[in-house]
Amino acid sequence: MSFRQPSVLPGFGLTLGFTTFFLSAIVLLPLAALVAAAGSMHAKDLLHVVLSARAIGSYKLSFGASLLAASINLVFGFVIAWTLTRYEFPGRKLIDALIDMPFALPTAVSGIALTTVFAQNGWIGRYLEPLGIKVAYTWLGVTVALTLISMPFSVRALQPALLEVQRDLEDAAETLGATRLYAFRRIILPTVLPALLTGFTLSFARAVGEYGSVIFIAGNLPMKTEITPLLIVIHLEEFDYQGAAALGLVMLLMSFAVLLTINLLQAWGRRRLVRTGR
Amino acid sequence: MAAPAFEPELTDADVRPGQHTWVHAIVRWLFITVSLTFLAALLLAPLATVFAMAFARGLIPYLSSFADPDTAAAVRLTLTTAAVVVPVNTLFGLAAAWAIAKFEFHGKSILITLIDLPLAISPVISGMVFVLLFGLHGWFGLWLQEHDISIVFALPGIMLATMFVTFPYVARELIPLMQQLGNDEEEAAITLGAGGWLTFFRVTLPKIRWGLAYGVILCNARAMGEFGAVSVVSGHIRGLTNTMPLDIEILYNQYDFVGAFAVASLLTLLAVLTLVVKTLVERTGYQRR
Repeated sequence: MSFRQPSVLPGFGLTLGFTTFFLSAIVLLPLAALVAAAGSMHAKDLLHVVLSARAIGSYKLSFGASLLAASINLVFGFVIAWTLTRYEFPGRKLIDALIDMPFALPTAVSGIALTTVFAQNGWIGRYLEPLGIKVAYTWLGVTVALTLISMPFSVRALQPALLEVQRDLEDAAETLGATRLYAFRRIILPTVLPALLTGFTLSFARAVGEYGSVIFIAGNLPMKTEITPLLIVIHLEEFDYQGAAALGLVMLLMSFAVLLTINLLQAWGRRRLVRTGR
Repeated sequence: MAAPAFEPELTDADVRPGQHTWVHAIVRWLFITVSLTFLAALLLAPLATVFAMAFARGLIPYLSSFADPDTAAAVRLTLTTAAVVVPVNTLFGLAAAWAIAKFEFHGKSILITLIDLPLAISPVISGMVFVLLFGLHGWFGLWLQEHDISIVFALPGIMLATMFVTFPYVARELIPLMQQLGNDEEEAAITLGAGGWLTFFRVTLPKIRWGLAYGVILCNARAMGEFGAVSVVSGHIRGLTNTMPLDIEILYNQYDFVGAFAVASLLTLLAVLTLVVKTLVERTGYQRR
């Protein structure tokens, strides 16, 4: 049998059969329905929905705010991961455990809590208000929500990579007269680069599709603070299933592109590790 | 420019060059401060707000918000949904992990990618696909209507959408764990004459129990907290198809902040519990990916 390598263990047919059946029924068939619904539209109608001014406005916000959130997490994710792996301080273990909070916390909860904190009379919003910075109900609020929910992806991608940086190489660089900045640029950055990019892509992917936390803080004005997933919901509420499916397809293709990028990045990271002999 | 008061520990910091210069001390102080400020503003302040708002008018209004029949119904619906979805996805996760971790076959990496697919998809899309299948204008819509079965805007739709979203969690925990643990003990058990089920329950299950526990509780937290996908299929009928996260939205939009944050506080406690279990699981020595 060439499909699989022989093994003495039983249960291959049963478990693989159940897995593929269940996967097809719960995930693949429903996704096929989405592609079919969008595919049954005339190309002109499809483009009309996908390229309408309102849709384009929503892409700008969804993709722009997600890129910004992923960039913020690129910087702060690195700082946090560095702090957690390199420094010992009271409460480090607790902070480390808390990083996963946005994974476990329902998005509706993060949504209403962030809105309250960043509203004009909120704990943080009241200090930003005199500075003329409005966060809640603006695109800034969208970015804050997306930053929170995608933060763990960046930190968790970086932590193992930072542990892998060879400290003896850093020490050698330092004894040979390299400045900290030079050692950082030539030794630390190259090692963690694939992880940085993976974290960035994962954060971006999570942020683009986010719905629950954003709709509370966004204000949801068409063309201004309306994200693409919300526009899909609006189409569904108007029973315009095809329009919703068309927009869904755009986002789905985006997700596939991101998944592909992550796989390529990880393959690249592995190749680099092999090449440097580790 | 004096260095801040900083006591270097007598660890490897002393044998490393350039570790007790004032530059290092300042950088260290800066990194820790920036990290803590960022997390305090983005993570701790919202968490504290949940409880501050829930108890804003004291304990009695907090407790009485759960007496509201619609909120009580939402809690029941969420528990019912999780009670169906979590066992089913656990069973799936175990089967998928057994097939993927114990055997070598073609197309394995594609299968893993497909299992992870729901994680990359917007929750709104995860809900919408079931509307497209079972909604009135969907593939099976007419047939379902003729047979008087409602899936969308009813309990089955909520369960399906939740199942879709939480589909990968148990499998994702178990696959790397079982791959890392290897097949030797199972192969020994089988060659010594144990049956497949006996091997699974007596050899494999004890080895993976902590990873399984975390996968199940994470799946449960996501199932109880799912908002986007459920919002699309639920129809928002208070007392009937409103889960706890959807109830939060309705209460919040009605300016019933104590009620909204009271329900939110329950889900926050569930999230904290999930993280506690995760920390305990990791203490048993099992390293996640």
